[in-house]
Amino acid sequence: MTVMVFTFYLFAVTTLLGGLMTVLSRNPVHSVLWLILAFLSSAGLFVTLGAEFVAMLLIIVYVGAVAVLFLFVVMMLDVDFAALKAEMSKYLPIGLLIGIVILMQLAVAFGAWGYSPGIDERLAAPWAVGENTGLLGLLIYDRYFILFQLAGLILLVAMIGAIVLTLRHRVDVKRQNVIAQMHRDPKLAMELKDVKPGQGL
Amino acid sequence: MIGLEHYLTVAAALFVIGIFGLFLNRKNVIILLMSIELMLLAVNINFVAFSSFLNDLVGQVFTLFVLTVAAAEAAIGLAILVCFFRNRGTIDVEDVNVMKG
Repeated sequence: MTVMVFTFYLFAVTTLLGGLMTVLSRNPVHSVLWLILAFLSSAGLFVTLGAEFVAMLLIIVYVGAVAVLFLFVVMMLDVDFAALKAEMSKYLPIGLLIGIVILMQLAVAFGAWGYSPGIDERLAAPWAVGENTGLLGLLIYDRYFILFQLAGLILLVAMIGAIVLTLRHRVDVKRQNVIAQMHRDPKLAMELKDVKPGQGL
Repeated sequence: MIGLEHYLTVAAALFVIGIFGLFLNRKNVIILLMSIELMLLAVNINFVAFSSFLNDLVGQVFTLFVLTVAAAEAAIGLAILVCFFRNRGTIDVEDVNVMKG
């Protein structure tokens, strides 16, 4: 039992530290690395909750794709981050104020909250005995199949959108035009001449 | 013993850190996007915690969809950012008023 408590506090503290340093870090590359720490430790939190599949998905999707995407963009863009950070202290008081207000609102909301009676009978998909991944698969591929397909559609649209937004053809770079090459007419491109010996052209 | 309220506290603190980051880095769009990711992560922690303590798997199914939308949003946001940087040479969001009539 104490191992569970220790694990929870370890992951909770590293998650919050990662989040805080993501926001406060001066260098965006460090920010991304702290973000990765936050994602990894919250995946640990999910494992302590018994949701192994979502934890592994978090590592694959967030650390493997999203964080690497952030890292690419941070390193690709040549931005003067020091100038952007210069005004950070100006917004510190209002940010702290609003943060504390929202935290207190959440605390009030949690203080007034409780389970409604008879909630055990109204569960949508009770957690049967078995592996987390298998149970989730039975649910996703059966009852929530349409939603699953729509999620795939969202990803497709996002992919096409990102490509359309960032693809550009630079005019100063020579590139191969396959259609033009295939429709080249040899008769127009070159001329055969019958050269007599000793005369030249 | 670790209960539901422990996880809710972590999620609430992470959400507030995300909002704090939105205010603190008003000029840097990259950190703004990361703050939004942190807030979505806090929501996911809430979903999974309730799912686990109520013994209801639907919370985890919903987490998958939140994850999908978060990934799509990050990709589109960064694509817009790259586009904007090519046109303007800066990522300062206070310059984003070219569409103002």
